Amino acid sequence: MILVWLILIPFLGGLLCWQAERWGEQAPRWIALATMLFVLVISVLLWLGGNFSLPGNGESQWLLEWRVDWIPRFGIEIHLALDGLSLILVALTGFLGALAVLCSWHEIAHRVGFFHLNLLFILGGVVGVFLALDLFLFFLFWEMMLVPMYFLIALWGHSGSPGQTRIRAATRFFIYTQASGLLMLVAILALVFVHYSNTGELSFSYDVLRGTDVPEPLAFWLMLGFFIAFAVKLPVVPFHGWLPDAHAQAPTAGSVDLAGILLKTAAYGMIRFALPLFPEQSAAFAPVAMTLGLVGIIYGAVLACGQQDIKRLIAYTSISHMGFVLIALYSGSELAIQGAIILMVAHAFSSAGLFILSGQLYERIHTRDMRTMGGLWSRIPVLPGFTLCFVAASLGMPATANFVGEFMVLFGTFPSAPVVVVIASVGLVLAAIYSLLLMQRVHYGPEYRPGPLKGPDAREYGMMLTLLVLTIAVGLYPQPLLDTTAAVAAPVAELFTDASDLAARAGEVN
Amino acid sequence: MLTLESLVSLLPLIIVATTAVVVMLGVAWQRHHAGTAMVSAGGLVLALLSVPLAAGALTSPPLMTVDGLAIMGSVLVLLCALVTVALSHHYLTGYIGPREEFYLLLLCAVTGALGLVASDHLATLFISLELLSMPLYGMLAYSFRAERSLEAGIKYLVLSAAATAFLLFGMALIYARTGRMDLAGLAAGLAATPDAWTLAGAVLMVVGLGFKLSIVPFHLWTPDVYQGGPAPATIFLATVSKLAVFLVLLRLVMVAPIFDSEWLRTLFTLLALITMLGGNLLALFQPNLKRLLGYSSIAHFGYLLVAIVVGGQLAVEATGVYLITYLVTILAAFGVVTQVSSPFGGEDAAGLHHYRGLFWRRPWLAAVMTVSFLSLAGIPLTAGFIGKFYVIALGVADARWWLVGGIVAGSAIGLFYYLRVMVTLYMPEPGMRRRDATEDWGSRVGGLTLMVVAVLILVIGVYPAPVIDWVVGFSGVL
Repeated sequence: MILVWLILIPFLGGLLCWQAERWGEQAPRWIALATMLFVLVISVLLWLGGNFSLPGNGESQWLLEWRVDWIPRFGIEIHLALDGLSLILVALTGFLGALAVLCSWHEIAHRVGFFHLNLLFILGGVVGVFLALDLFLFFLFWEMMLVPMYFLIALWGHSGSPGQTRIRAATRFFIYTQASGLLMLVAILALVFVHYSNTGELSFSYDVLRGTDVPEPLAFWLMLGFFIAFAVKLPVVPFHGWLPDAHAQAPTAGSVDLAGILLKTAAYGMIRFALPLFPEQSAAFAPVAMTLGLVGIIYGAVLACGQQDIKRLIAYTSISHMGFVLIALYSGSELAIQGAIILMVAHAFSSAGLFILSGQLYERIHTRDMRTMGGLWSRIPVLPGFTLCFVAASLGMPATANFVGEFMVLFGTFPSAPVVVVIASVGLVLAAIYSLLLMQRVHYGPEYRPGPLKGPDAREYGMMLTLLVLTIAVGLYPQPLLDTTAAVAAPVAELFTDASDLAARAGEVN
Repeated sequence: MLTLESLVSLLPLIIVATTAVVVMLGVAWQRHHAGTAMVSAGGLVLALLSVPLAAGALTSPPLMTVDGLAIMGSVLVLLCALVTVALSHHYLTGYIGPREEFYLLLLCAVTGALGLVASDHLATLFISLELLSMPLYGMLAYSFRAERSLEAGIKYLVLSAAATAFLLFGMALIYARTGRMDLAGLAAGLAATPDAWTLAGAVLMVVGLGFKLSIVPFHLWTPDVYQGGPAPATIFLATVSKLAVFLVLLRLVMVAPIFDSEWLRTLFTLLALITMLGGNLLALFQPNLKRLLGYSSIAHFGYLLVAIVVGGQLAVEATGVYLITYLVTILAAFGVVTQVSSPFGGEDAAGLHHYRGLFWRRPWLAAVMTVSFLSLAGIPLTAGFIGKFYVIALGVADARWWLVGGIVAGSAIGLFYYLRVMVTLYMPEPGMRRRDATEDWGSRVGGLTLMVVAVLILVIGVYPAPVIDWVVGFSGVL
């Protein structure tokens, strides 16, 4: 039942925020903050009390499970379950959700209640994605979180460069993700009906469908259906068109949620659904996926170097970082998959930090154009220092969580795909270049305009400090995270090796 | 033979027809707008209550069949008609001229629709279809002082007559081959491999029905008629008329094997594809909300044609569920247009600029509109998603990948204009009035109905099991 509450709390909180606007502008903010902290506290308590060792024979792989019939006609259930990976991501959602509320404290001045309704609905949908085990339910949450995100960008976003209105950015985001989501729905339905014709049982349950024997050419297409849906959200390079605009035009809270959590739903979907449902096809597809990952790393990094808009720059670095995650997921190594999970968490912290910082800069100098910045180090106290720290984290400096993640990804992938690792390492050099470019153009160099600016207040200080402490803590001692997710990563990696063994044996027979 | 027993099975039709007569006599005696609306609504409710009786009757009247499909169709027709009446009252209060005849026309059309969903014979099919269409001409041209309304009525009249000619010619050809006009006879007479004449007959009938369903390429009348007609007439056209005609088409395909040939299926596949893509593409940059909804309904019937292509038990079920979700959605969408345009003041508020910032002026109305557009777009947790889910499931289960691809592409295109309308509702406008709704009884009845419909959209979206069970119960009877 606690799983249901994890999903319901944000939704109820959102409705309350909407109605609370009549009690003044502050009320929705406090309610939203309390709601997200509540989710965070629940998940942290679950984490402290959980046992995340590999399940023995016959034991459930889920820490908590809750299921009830929903649409019996199609064998659809409301089936929620929680394991180490979901738990970490739910906790991350609670944490970043609270940050998103905090960072829009002054930024959002109009329609505050409705804003927080949308914000909390996104977060509720995301928590649903992380917990749903029924494929229908998963799809439902997957699509549902788009609507409030659309409103968030379209109604509270910044108008960007000429010709690129926020509504266009929001619409593009929505159409990309919804259309690819429908492909996933088609794939889900095809899988269900194949299972139905095999066994005569209609079911959308993850456990039931995992063992489905899909005929070969169809299986590949179904795998592709899932892959494309996740690839759009991750984003993988040919499907990334929505991301820079959506990020640049979204309000700070929207960017934080997008980069911090929404991108992670895609990686989660791959680990949870795409890989276990189609292990053989995924193994066969791995070279393509890794190549796409490489393209993403290099492309994102190179384009980041050329951006004038600070938020677009950070958005392109996200593409680059998610390339590492994609490579790791398709490497089939437990170490790399765990590295990908750490990298996901690390990227959530560092990109959230950078987006919040650029939001704070925007509040002070009212521009995101880096050509009109410069020399801010001497004009704003404290903030440039924080920026330097998060930039360092983003380029993968040792002692930050990003370093641990990237190192594990590269180290774990090397045995199976050394060439890929060698090329991916180039991405690290490019990361240093764009990160330092950002620093140089915004904070160093001659002052574009003179005059001191306001330093951070307690709220801003607190947000930055928490993020920084977490980044460094995970960087220095990632073991708790690794312990929590080992039970998730190991079986996925195993599936992969089994599948490639099978393929190898098939090759010998031929 | 027409026995008392079979009269019971016709009870809903008889009650609605009687109400029409009562309304006519009442109008002749003394005009009273609210009274007429009440009597009409009362008659429809009474007919609705008599549906279980009709379902329980053992024999069907001649030329008709009261099976699961007919019962389901009757319930939906009556419910939609009720919503139309509820919305019409407030709308017509601003109309200068006789208002009561609108209800008379509406009741006649409902009688036609009830007959149509139960027709088991080409003769009843034709008569009911005409009884449904003729009053619609009057309803569409009701505010005849407005140029567009008159244009809509005449356009619909001329094109509808042309379509009727096609339909009749098709029936004649089929009759010439088989010598039978009842559907069971058609099924028996056409069991052998079809020749060119029967195929031609079937295609001509499809053209005739396709016109009423505004399937591309027979859709050209739709935007003009939707835009020109008074909002309640448009609601009726978009819901009752389409619903009844589609059920007849489904019945034809299910019963007569001629409509089941692979050749005709290919034709339907093609029609479905161009309908779903064409409807969505044409709506893309449409600044007029009523035209946009017209195109959108074209696209939706394109999706629904998948059921006709696939056929079988699941198709009937999918049709039922899809129609229900479509009806609640389109009722809500057009209902908002009606409420915003009420009371009638010359021309309906259909331009998108009328809806700019609606959320800040009339939040509940805007919320209903948002829900209905989300449902049209097929976003989860709304009824529209369940319908779309069914249609895609149908396509996937039968491995019709082209159709599935068409639905996905159509939905993606459709999002563009649905989102455009939705975000307009929330755009603040400089110098905006805070609330401008007039609060009186009439707007409250319409508003309340709309709220119920909107809540239904959400309820069906969140917990569709009861609706599915209800439809399954009927589709099993067929």
